[in-house]
Amino acid sequence: MSNKFFQPDRSKYPSTKGDGTLDVDLSSHKYTKIWLGPNHPGVTGNMAVEMTLGGDEIVEAKTHVGYLHRGFEKLIERRLFVQGFPTSIRMCVAEPDTNEYLIARSTEELSGLTGQVPEMAEWLRTLALEMARLQGLLRGVPGQAGTYSLGIGVQWGVYLRDLILDRFEELTGARVYHMYIIPGGVRGLLPSGFKKRMEDNLTDIDDFIVRIRKLIFHNSVFKARAVGSAVIPKEWINKFGIVGTNARASGVKRDVRKDNPYLKYSELDFDPPTATDGDIYSRTWVRWQELVQTVDLIRQIMAKMPEKGDIKGDMPNVLHWKIPKGETYVKLESGRGEYGMYYVTDGSSKPRRVNLRGPSYTHAIAVLEKMLINTNIADVHATMVSLQTCPPEIER
Amino acid sequence: MKSLIERVGTKYNLKEVVQQRDNLVFAYVDKELAIDMVTYMRDYEGYAHFTLMSCVDWIEDGYFQLLYLLNNPETKTEFGIKVAIDRENAVMQSAHHLWEQIWTYQRELKEAFGIDFPGSPRVDEDFVVEGWDEMPHMRRDFDTNKYAEETYFMREGRKTHDPATYMREKLYPNQPVTAKKNKDEQ
Amino acid sequence: MSELDMNDKMNELLKKAEANASTKEEKSFVRPEDEEREVIAPDGSIIKVNPIYDYFSGEKPTVEEPSKGVVEKFLNWARAESIWVLGFGTGCGSIEIPPLMTPRFDAFRFGVQMRPTPRQSNAFIISGYLSVKTLKRVIRSYEQMPSPKYIIALGSCTINGGMYYDSYSTINRLDKYLPVDVYIAGCMPRPEALLAGFMKLKEIIKSGNGEGANIYAENFDEYKANQKKVIKDWNMPDYNW
Repeated sequence: MSNKFFQPDRSKYPSTKGDGTLDVDLSSHKYTKIWLGPNHPGVTGNMAVEMTLGGDEIVEAKTHVGYLHRGFEKLIERRLFVQGFPTSIRMCVAEPDTNEYLIARSTEELSGLTGQVPEMAEWLRTLALEMARLQGLLRGVPGQAGTYSLGIGVQWGVYLRDLILDRFEELTGARVYHMYIIPGGVRGLLPSGFKKRMEDNLTDIDDFIVRIRKLIFHNSVFKARAVGSAVIPKEWINKFGIVGTNARASGVKRDVRKDNPYLKYSELDFDPPTATDGDIYSRTWVRWQELVQTVDLIRQIMAKMPEKGDIKGDMPNVLHWKIPKGETYVKLESGRGEYGMYYVTDGSSKPRRVNLRGPSYTHAIAVLEKMLINTNIADVHATMVSLQTCPPEIER
Repeated sequence: MKSLIERVGTKYNLKEVVQQRDNLVFAYVDKELAIDMVTYMRDYEGYAHFTLMSCVDWIEDGYFQLLYLLNNPETKTEFGIKVAIDRENAVMQSAHHLWEQIWTYQRELKEAFGIDFPGSPRVDEDFVVEGWDEMPHMRRDFDTNKYAEETYFMREGRKTHDPATYMREKLYPNQPVTAKKNKDEQ
Repeated sequence: MSELDMNDKMNELLKKAEANASTKEEKSFVRPEDEEREVIAPDGSIIKVNPIYDYFSGEKPTVEEPSKGVVEKFLNWARAESIWVLGFGTGCGSIEIPPLMTPRFDAFRFGVQMRPTPRQSNAFIISGYLSVKTLKRVIRSYEQMPSPKYIIALGSCTINGGMYYDSYSTINRLDKYLPVDVYIAGCMPRPEALLAGFMKLKEIIKSGNGEGANIYAENFDEYKANQKKVIKDWNMPDYNW
């Protein structure tokens, strides 16, 4: 859990009490308690980590969330199915399209409309989800280098992400919250010339991928600090419920797109990248490979999708839409891992319960708290970013 | 999946078994057997990945429905174990020793629904809301709109419309309200 | 202890809890480190401390009269051309801050830059909805900022609650709790809208109307009363710089 420059000496550090808890006495002047966040430029979003330090080594860490709590799950219970839709997509700002698809799929499944989504709409949904993953990775991969003060990659990445947001704007009319994937289909066809402009952007991103590889993975500072730092051992995967790229970087190939294929992923040719070490370097490497793969997937989707077709299935009148009693759990692979939704209906025109299961729920609390112990305070930020912490999906 | 349901169903006396999809099953189990069953599923049936712990408030029937959703990474299937617990005396056996992340879910459920999990670490700490002294906020009888109106300041001039009435007034102003019902309305 | 034995142990605890479910403990809002207590100093003497009142200032802010004539005009010009924003992403609007600060929209050319600490900044972007838990931190950060200070409220949710108007966790009108200079409507506002907001803020400052800090000082009791109404665990001093 420590890199080669920082080898903690645990012999002098807190002994454990009889019940297994640490014997940390703050009034002994040996330990300091400091808060990282919520007002801190390095914290991923609006959350806080309360750390007890011995020197600059962390002996105890607690994650505090709730600064972004809006009570979505309660608000959705008060809204019609279609009204809950624009509300629910704001649950996670990093990749809002994943929420759109989960809501659309669960309501379709519970009202028995699963087979009625036209082929063209399925392709467009796949495209939107892959574009969302791409814009997330364009922030995430250089952002990891940014945690080691390598800011130039962030400048490139954010610019290219903006180009993808432009394509989203063309496709859906909005920059961040798109509301494109609606129950029964999608809201619009590709505009004319979209594929060409997308291809131009992907060419730019190809160039970026090569440059960012040289910038990050050939950088001695990054290698020195990321290799061997914040390791997730393979045994932790099931013990902690680790999913997505974090699990794949530890050598466990877990990807919902392959395991339970949804949309058109079974028709696409891809193989989720893996690594074996489970440290920050491996996680960044897996994400970089995923960036390459996502660009390739978008090209495949644009080549394989039909030119024209219906984009909306036969839907009931949304104002009088009632779904019979039932429950389901649907999931997809977001950029951060398995992203699921537990949806319960009770026969009325409003959902009974909606529970979002974001990957950060385990990564940022149970895993992070365990992992931070024995690390150096300078590595906290890098660890949080490498776990792809996204606080709004923890507290909703 | 079928043989699994038969095997486990008789062993743990499962009720209301619903196969939602090919790879997703929900079933009720008795409260006393629930954690034993979760342990059994993890150790002997390969459901090693814990996906989600959730709760639904069935206020009209007077119980909370807890859900333990397990995932089998080998067969790629999911098993939802549901438990009904009394709404008045909401306590449930803790499962924090089975998976490392469960105490987080239990802490959230304690705050959001008021379900106690004795023995679970840090279960009494605040999770998302701070200094909350009302009824647990995810219970069905907590009226969030009323609370917001009483606590926060509404800006004058904000209007809220019922979409069905508003659309009828805007689009078909001359049509009487008792117009022919939409065929989808049942 | 094996996990099956733990199962049994948890079951026992459950039975005990079921038996005495009626007795419930009162909740204390003061964190253990904020409690009044005795501390042993390094030299061995015992000191009584009450962290909330000892470590911070409890004094009310005062109104600072603006200078007169050309001096104030010059100062306002200088203030308007160096808007230093506190880097505190309070809501989902903060996702548009990186595009704003990177070459495409480049807010640096307008003298706008992000600062890591409230003591170096004079503008606060409230990026969207504010939950009560964040409002507490926002107030604390705002009060640490040196005056004159400005607030830019981003998104519909700061104006009237937006789509969270009925949420138990988010406040509806930001101007009841803190003085707002510029609102930028939308969900979410584009970076261009943010730039327009900054230009508007500059106009306001140059015209001499950017007196948010003085308005806050004048109506301090009213603002505090509103803040205390929603922040139920008020375990911080009334004012701290």
